Amino acid sequence: MDLSTRYLGFDLPHPLMPGASPLVDNLDGVRRLEDAGAAAIVLHSLFEEQIRQDRRNAERAMETGADSFAEALTYFPGLDHFALGPEAYLEQVRKIKAAVKVPVIASLNGVSAEGWADYARLIEQAGADALELNVYFLATRFDESAEIIEDRVVAIARQVKQSVGIPVALKLSPFFSALSGLVRRLETTGIDGLVLFNRFYQPDIDIEALEVRAQIELSTSSELLLRLRWLAILSGQVRPSLACSGGVHTVADAVKAIMAGANAVQVVSLLLKQGPGALTQLRDGLSRWLEDHEYESLAQMQGSMNLSRCPNPAAFERGNYMAVLQSWRT
Amino acid sequence: MADTGLTCDETQLMDGNQAAGWVAYRCSEVVAIYPITPASPMGEFADEWASAGKKNLWGDIPQVVEMQSEAGAAGTIHGALQAGTLATTFTASQGLLLMIPNLYKIAGELTPFVLHVAARTLATHALSIFGDHSDVMSCRQTGMALLSSATVQEAQDLALISHAVTLTSRVPFLHFFDGFRTSHELNAAVPLSDDDIRALMDNDAITALRQRGMSPDRPVLRGTAQNPDVFFQAREACQPYYDACPAAVQAAMDTLGARTGRKYRLFDYHGHPAAERVIVIMGSGAETARETALYLESNQGEPVGVVTVHLYRPFSIADFVGALPTTVRAIAVLDRTKEPGAVAEPLYLDVVAALAEARATGSSSFKTEPMVIGGRYGLSSKEFTPTMVKAVFDELKSDRPLRRFTVGINDDVNKNSLTLGPDLTINPPGTIKAIFFGLGSDGTVGANKNSLKIIHEETGQYGQGYFVYDSRKSGATTVSHLRFSPEPIHAPYLIRTAGFVACHHFPLINQMNVLEHAAVGAIVLLNAPGTASEVWASLPRSVQEEAIEKQVRLWAVDATEVARKAGLGRRINTVMQTCFFALSGILKGDAVSQIKHAIDKTYGRRSEEVVRRNHAAVDQSLSNLVEVALPAAASAQHERPAPVPSHAPDFVQRVTGMILGGKGDLLPVSAFPVDGTWPVGTAKYEKRSIATEIPQWNSELCIQCNKCAMVCPHGVIRVKPCDPAALAGAPEGFKALPYKGEEFEGSKYILTVSPEDCTGCTLCVAVCPAKDKANPKRKALEMLPIADIAAASRTSFEFALTLPEAPRTKVPLQVKQVQLFEPLFEFSGACSGCGETPYIKLLTQLYGDRAVIANATGCSSIYGGNLPTTPYTTNAQGRGPAWSNSLFEDNAEYGLGLRTAYDQLGKQARTLIETLAPQLPGQLVEAILAATGRDESTIAAQRDRVVALKDALSGIASLPARRLAEIADNLVPRSVWILGGDGWAYDIGYGGLDHVIASGANVNILVMDTEVYSNTGGQQSKATPIGASAKFAIAGRAIAKKDLGTIAMSYGNVYVAHIAFGARDQQTVRAFLEAESYDGPSLIIAYSHCIAHGYDLAHGLDQQKLAVDSGHWPLYRYDPRRLAAGEKPLVIDVAPGKARLSQFMANETRFRVVERDDPERFKMLLNKAEAEARHRADRLRFAADFQEPKAE
Repeated sequence: MDLSTRYLGFDLPHPLMPGASPLVDNLDGVRRLEDAGAAAIVLHSLFEEQIRQDRRNAERAMETGADSFAEALTYFPGLDHFALGPEAYLEQVRKIKAAVKVPVIASLNGVSAEGWADYARLIEQAGADALELNVYFLATRFDESAEIIEDRVVAIARQVKQSVGIPVALKLSPFFSALSGLVRRLETTGIDGLVLFNRFYQPDIDIEALEVRAQIELSTSSELLLRLRWLAILSGQVRPSLACSGGVHTVADAVKAIMAGANAVQVVSLLLKQGPGALTQLRDGLSRWLEDHEYESLAQMQGSMNLSRCPNPAAFERGNYMAVLQSWRT
Repeated sequence: MADTGLTCDETQLMDGNQAAGWVAYRCSEVVAIYPITPASPMGEFADEWASAGKKNLWGDIPQVVEMQSEAGAAGTIHGALQAGTLATTFTASQGLLLMIPNLYKIAGELTPFVLHVAARTLATHALSIFGDHSDVMSCRQTGMALLSSATVQEAQDLALISHAVTLTSRVPFLHFFDGFRTSHELNAAVPLSDDDIRALMDNDAITALRQRGMSPDRPVLRGTAQNPDVFFQAREACQPYYDACPAAVQAAMDTLGARTGRKYRLFDYHGHPAAERVIVIMGSGAETARETALYLESNQGEPVGVVTVHLYRPFSIADFVGALPTTVRAIAVLDRTKEPGAVAEPLYLDVVAALAEARATGSSSFKTEPMVIGGRYGLSSKEFTPTMVKAVFDELKSDRPLRRFTVGINDDVNKNSLTLGPDLTINPPGTIKAIFFGLGSDGTVGANKNSLKIIHEETGQYGQGYFVYDSRKSGATTVSHLRFSPEPIHAPYLIRTAGFVACHHFPLINQMNVLEHAAVGAIVLLNAPGTASEVWASLPRSVQEEAIEKQVRLWAVDATEVARKAGLGRRINTVMQTCFFALSGILKGDAVSQIKHAIDKTYGRRSEEVVRRNHAAVDQSLSNLVEVALPAAASAQHERPAPVPSHAPDFVQRVTGMILGGKGDLLPVSAFPVDGTWPVGTAKYEKRSIATEIPQWNSELCIQCNKCAMVCPHGVIRVKPCDPAALAGAPEGFKALPYKGEEFEGSKYILTVSPEDCTGCTLCVAVCPAKDKANPKRKALEMLPIADIAAASRTSFEFALTLPEAPRTKVPLQVKQVQLFEPLFEFSGACSGCGETPYIKLLTQLYGDRAVIANATGCSSIYGGNLPTTPYTTNAQGRGPAWSNSLFEDNAEYGLGLRTAYDQLGKQARTLIETLAPQLPGQLVEAILAATGRDESTIAAQRDRVVALKDALSGIASLPARRLAEIADNLVPRSVWILGGDGWAYDIGYGGLDHVIASGANVNILVMDTEVYSNTGGQQSKATPIGASAKFAIAGRAIAKKDLGTIAMSYGNVYVAHIAFGARDQQTVRAFLEAESYDGPSLIIAYSHCIAHGYDLAHGLDQQKLAVDSGHWPLYRYDPRRLAAGEKPLVIDVAPGKARLSQFMANETRFRVVERDDPERFKMLLNKAEAEARHRADRLRFAADFQEPKAE
């Protein structure tokens, strides 16, 4: 079965790849994923904020107690001994690039205006084949409008796209009030792909300790539905290629994502639970499903159930809210 | 040293440690290191350079080995030398003493070797980290050559001479320079080039060294035992090498001089060519003496001169005598050491002997035989100034000079100290002198070092920086002394009058005489809020008066606000630095651009953002700088508060108060105890007010758990029950709750906070479990600005102190209630949020009134016993811990000695009671001898009996009765505690600790494990865990920490507890109770969070929990009594597994930097650490299952 697809300008043998996760923290893990048949490798994000935080913490730790007591003018080896910037991440990109043959997609979460572009350039120089921008802003400020947030996202996309020559994808959060309009604006920046959607740590309340605890749970198939809707809405309507991220656990999930319009399907929770071998099973299962259902190729199925092609597009749109409620009652 | 004719451009700023350390590193193949102040930086440099891949002269990275003690380092070096390598080490003070046995061996075997020493005071009546020659003088008999450097430049140059000559002469060298004054002084020095170093290192001599190295291919024997028939002759065989050594040193000096222009002699003479009066001196004091002599000669025509001793051993009589002008009539020899009981100090004796020898052999060519007197100066870095030098020269002029004298102190007891004349200031033209007052860690020192660099590089001026720190670890003050001059600066003493004075922390105005050293017309810069008139009004009257009298130009900038607005937080250094440059005019041209350029260089590597913020601060600094006009007269009605309150005891008023007021130098000898004995309970008189926020008790939320009092590192929070009637006179607003608990039912519960003693660490708030249900971020303790609540808090605290303490016999020994015991350790100068002090406080609450503490040198001896004030105190009955520090390495043995003595005295007392029984009340005798328990009631009853016994004895006139009365107090059990950190217990004192726990003696050992040498600045110990970066383990330690608890348990008869108060306070209290009650050796290993772990210690308790839950720090108690009772002796109190080790590590910079720097290596280390934690847990589980089989 021909499972080939095209994502971010890469011709891939199939659409399945590990999403940004700790699975690629070491070379062994990366090799296992490639052996399991990953179409591409997506690295976890280089977090500018984390780099800044680590440096700030390190600086603070070095400063605390320093030049205060004659016997101990410092309490740590000097900062100069440590590469506290992006060096380790870039080195990881280099090593992974050298270790595998499939495309290597690095990931970046910036904070400062210059951070996005500077780190993107460094990642490109380190040899990444493409870059996934992990863009999210938790809009907690009351004086910040949706427009300001969207402007920022567009500006980042434009800035990075102007800074690097490799394909750039944007991983979006689902919390934009006018996602389609935003994507249209993003198209103008020249970005090459969209990844739907990011998942976040969610706060929970410890009712005994009266504390808030942030945590992240592995995804389930139920989370796929949100992705399906927006893949279906965007599929065929926008130039950037589309990736589904979040909620793909079964062959059926993958089929749905592709039918909704995904060019690539990223899997994380499944691999964290079952290991890289699950990717092989997913790919083989996808192939079997297509054969069983007498598809000629994956391309035939791609976008077949998007908004413009599915028999009941209203189901993807607002109207189905009532339908769901009604079905619940019955 | 002669003028080199070199320009400032050819120099670099460095300190003595760096200067000597670099040469040592370049000339060595093996470097053995062990931290000791002030030599630690040399070892740290060596480790850092090796870690960075820096190579020695031969293209190799030297092998740097950290040892468990200086004795270990010396042994390692000895071995490395015998294998034919070039080896070096660094040390000071007691560390040097520990090396002496090996120094004899190394010298006896004629082994080329250089030991670099930052010379430091030996501990005698007290420890001192500062500089004098008492340590190196203790080595003058070892056979080591002793070569002395007086300056930073010399520390480098003579380091090379040492390394070069030891190779050719085969005599090992001890190269030394003054601790702190030279080791830590930043000054301009011309770096040696590789060619210079190579030119002096003799390759043939290295070949010979290799050939002498031990090899099975050409075996020899060294270290034989010799008998009376041959030892003597064999010992004399080395003499020709010593005879030849001085000439070899001079030859090397000549070679160096020819290459660099820096010419040295074994004995350098400077001064009048026909001097009549000469001072002989070595070390940094020689620099002061030389400059003063030259000044007196050129300005006052005085025929004076100075001989600087470089090569002290082997002492070349000919060279010494040859250095003296033939015209000399009187010589003063100055020693920076004291040898009580000797005829005089060593350099004096050598000089006298040398002159006598020269006279006897006819080689003396003096016109008249000079008269020689000897004096001591500069012990423990006591200032040695031109005024003092002049006093010595003047003494030489007198008809009957003091034969033995001291200079720099007022010795009103021995009456042999020289009287000083008016201040003599020697300033090369164009010298700028600046003094900066700051707080530790506020960036002032760092900024001043940066300023030195900028000025040195941008203006071509020479610079000198010396930094004075106080002895507290929290809220410490720093005073930076900076000199700049177009000429090289030879002034190794503090600035007496400065043209620029800055106070970076305004409250210091009320604590120190900031203007004391301001020159007339000086520029004074204050970091102060408010308008010019408000700033003026806020100055104490005496400061206003001094400002007017000296007609200073007073400027103010609200640096705190400017820095905050620029996004720099509390880092005010850029603002103050900019104002300094602007006001001093030292930078020519566009100062702002030059400062920004310097900021780019300093912070450029960090981030653009930091650079931008600092640039913004620079721009805002000058626009916020205001000049404060001086009125004609002072107007302030307030004065600087007295250093200690008027109700403080006489000694505290007379002595402690003077030290606190910065006037310790003025105290005469008679003010001091003769044997180093000091009163306890003095910290309470020093109200430091270093916190900006302090806890307020929201009593309506309080559940009376007392956890806040338990964790408070500084003994600031006090809880007690009290009679409601006692509150009748309580101040307004005093809070009290009905006491919860049967033991004091009907009483009130009170909690008070000492505001000025709080350091604002917030641990109390962190531990408080009582939250406001409607607003859970508000707890029963809440941090509020000190200015808002200090007055009420102080009133409440002082009132609470007047209330009686809880009766000890009624307090249940549970975690909650033991906090009702009065702490007899309070207000220490430990780091804010210290993880050690809560354990000590608890110890004193439980046993303080009968505790004797042996304290190993380290953090706990510094915050426990460093002047001016000390935290151990007494209860209302005058009882409290008796505390003493012997050494670093011997503390367990020292404690055992105390135990043995008390046991012996107790035994004697019992024997005497039995002897005197017929004359004593029978019931009393019986009861005293029968008392065995150590609970509060038994102790109290026994104390009463001892009082009765003494009363009875007073009526018996016999020697046995007198003897019994003298030692009867020993009938009340003494609780002997041996305290120290992991550096002591795991490394340098381990052998002794092992022996003491194996002795079976009833001692209690408390190891406060910070997993690093905290006191000397974060060097790894054998307690440092896998994956942690520390000095000497920069890339992260790869070897598991020693499992000290398991080792101790292996004896079977040792009580062992592994505790962490932040994780399980109940277990901590139980461990203390069990340890003390166990009639045998007890070892408590206590997890102690520390600033060297690299996180905000406000989270110290959470980290302790994570340490325990992740398996990093298992909690257990091993009690041999349970074994005897047929129970399992080991109880594991918390099973690990609730958290991952990576979670624990992720919060601490010591691990995080390793992970960030090299994730793969960190992953490997993490895996290793996890495996080790599992193995240890398995071992403990296995041991916990062990139970003695029951006898059939």
